[in-house]
Amino acid sequence: MAVSHLECKECKAEYPLEALYVCEKCFGPLEVAYDHSRWTGDVGEARRRIQGGPQNIWRYAEFLPLAGGPPGPSGRLASRVGLPAGCTPLIRADRLAARLGLREVWVKNDAANPTHSFKDRVVSVAVTRARELGFETIACASTGNLANSVAAHGAALGMDSYVFIPADLEEQKVLATGVYGTKLVGVKGTYDDVNRLCTELCAEREWAFVNINLRPYYAEGSKTLAFEIAEQLGWELPDRCVVPIASGSLFTKIARGFSEWTELGLLEGELPRMNGAQAEGCSPVATAFAAGHEVCRPVKPETIAKSLAIGNPADGPYALDLARRTGGSVDSVSDDEIRAGIALLAQTTGIFTETAGGVTTAVLAKLAERGDIDPDERVVLVITGEGLKTLDAVRGTFETRTIEPTVEAFQAGVPDAVTV
Amino acid sequence: MTVVVKIPTQLRAAAGGESETEVDGATVQEVLDGLFDRFEELRTRISDEDGSLRRFVNVYLAGEDIRFLDGLATPVTDGAELTILPAVAGG
Repeated sequence: MAVSHLECKECKAEYPLEALYVCEKCFGPLEVAYDHSRWTGDVGEARRRIQGGPQNIWRYAEFLPLAGGPPGPSGRLASRVGLPAGCTPLIRADRLAARLGLREVWVKNDAANPTHSFKDRVVSVAVTRARELGFETIACASTGNLANSVAAHGAALGMDSYVFIPADLEEQKVLATGVYGTKLVGVKGTYDDVNRLCTELCAEREWAFVNINLRPYYAEGSKTLAFEIAEQLGWELPDRCVVPIASGSLFTKIARGFSEWTELGLLEGELPRMNGAQAEGCSPVATAFAAGHEVCRPVKPETIAKSLAIGNPADGPYALDLARRTGGSVDSVSDDEIRAGIALLAQTTGIFTETAGGVTTAVLAKLAERGDIDPDERVVLVITGEGLKTLDAVRGTFETRTIEPTVEAFQAGVPDAVTV
Repeated sequence: MTVVVKIPTQLRAAAGGESETEVDGATVQEVLDGLFDRFEELRTRISDEDGSLRRFVNVYLAGEDIRFLDGLATPVTDGAELTILPAVAGG
C-alpha cells in the first residue's frame, strides 16, 4: 500500500504530497490517501512482514505517509534512527475490570514512549516527512506533551525546533521540554491563542509546524495505536475503545487505523464502539454530542487536564460523527473525578497516568456505572501520558507518616502497622 | 469604520495576492460583505450557500474568536484587525 496524494475530507479535491493542510476550495482539512491497487491480499504474508519489522511504529511503515519508507539505511536499522516510538505495552487489567464490574479490560499504556506520551508516534511521522520535504526546522503549538516530543525529536535528529506553549503550563512539562535545548516560547493565553498565533506564523516561516502544515502526516501517526492494539490482541478488534479527546485527531485516527486494516482483510469484524473522554472544564465535543449538534461551539478551558484543554477542537465534527456511527458516546468528567480516575488506575494496575489518563479512566468508570458496557465486551482503555508530568493532580491526596528511625516509633506512629 | 482584514495564504490568490486589505463596515458581516464585493471568489470559499461561515473557517476580531463575541453581528471599531484563518490546525 503506497501513499498516493492528499485529499480534502469535505469536497474530495486532490493535492500533491506537500506541506499543505487546508483545502483552498472549501477550507476543509486535507487527509492522506493511499493507493491499495498493489495490495496482494495475502494476509498471512502481510502479518509476517509486520511481525518481522522493528519493535517500533516503523513496522507499520507501509501504512504511513512516507515516500521513502521507514527512516534509516535499512529496515533493521530503522529501529535505531531518531527517537523511535511505539510498541508500548497492552496490559490486561483484571483488577480494574473487577472493580468496575466488567470482564475484560485492557490498558494501552502509551506513557511508555520515549518522551512519555502518544505524541511521539505522530511527531516521528511528521518529522520524518518534514525531512523528506527538505525542512530544517520543526515547530509546534502544544498543550505540553507535544512540546516534549518535538523538542526531543529536534535534538535526536539535529533539527532546530521552536515550541509554543500556553505560559501557564505545568512546570514538569515546561522543564521536560526546555532540557532538550529547544527554543521554548510561552504565550500569554490559552492553547487556542497559541494555535491561532502559530497558524499565522506558519504562513510567514519556512518551518514544519508538525500539527499545522504537516498535520495530515502527523495525524496518520495515531493510526499506529490501532495497529498495535489489534496486533497485540492477536489480530483481533476490541469491542470498545475509550480514548481522550482534545482536538479529536487521535480519536478519529484510531478508528481509521482499524478501518484500513479491516478493508485490507488484516482484521475482521465491526469497528469498535468509540467512546470519547473530555474534562467538564473543556468539553466542547461532549456538549455537542449531548445536544445532538454536528459542530462544536468553542469554549474557554478551565480544567486540571491541560493536555486536553483545546476549546476549539479541529476534528470535533468528525469525532461526533464517529461516536454516533459506532454506537459510542462522548462523555465528560469533573476535576474530582479526574483525580479519582488517576488513583483508580494507579491502585488497580500500577500505572500512574497524567490528568488526561485520569479523564479517560473516569469516563470508563462512568460508562460501566451507567450500564453502557456489556459485561462480555473486550474494552481497551487508551492511556496517553505519564503521571510524573502532572504531579499537582495527586499532591495532597495521601499522607506520609514521618517517624524517628526506631521500631517503637514505627509501632506508635503508624496505626495500621502489623506486629509480627 | 475601516477594518484591516488579514487574509490567509490559502486565499491570497483569490484576493489579488494581498495578505491584508482595508474594508469599511459597522459589523463583521458588513466587513466580510465588503470583502466579498471586492473579491467575489472569496465568498464561496469561506461561506456557505446560506451566507454563514463554513465550519472550518475561523474569524477573529482583535485576536478573539467571533463566536465568543456576537458572531457575524459583532460590531467593529475603526482600525480593528479582522483575521481569517483555517480551523483545522492543532491538537
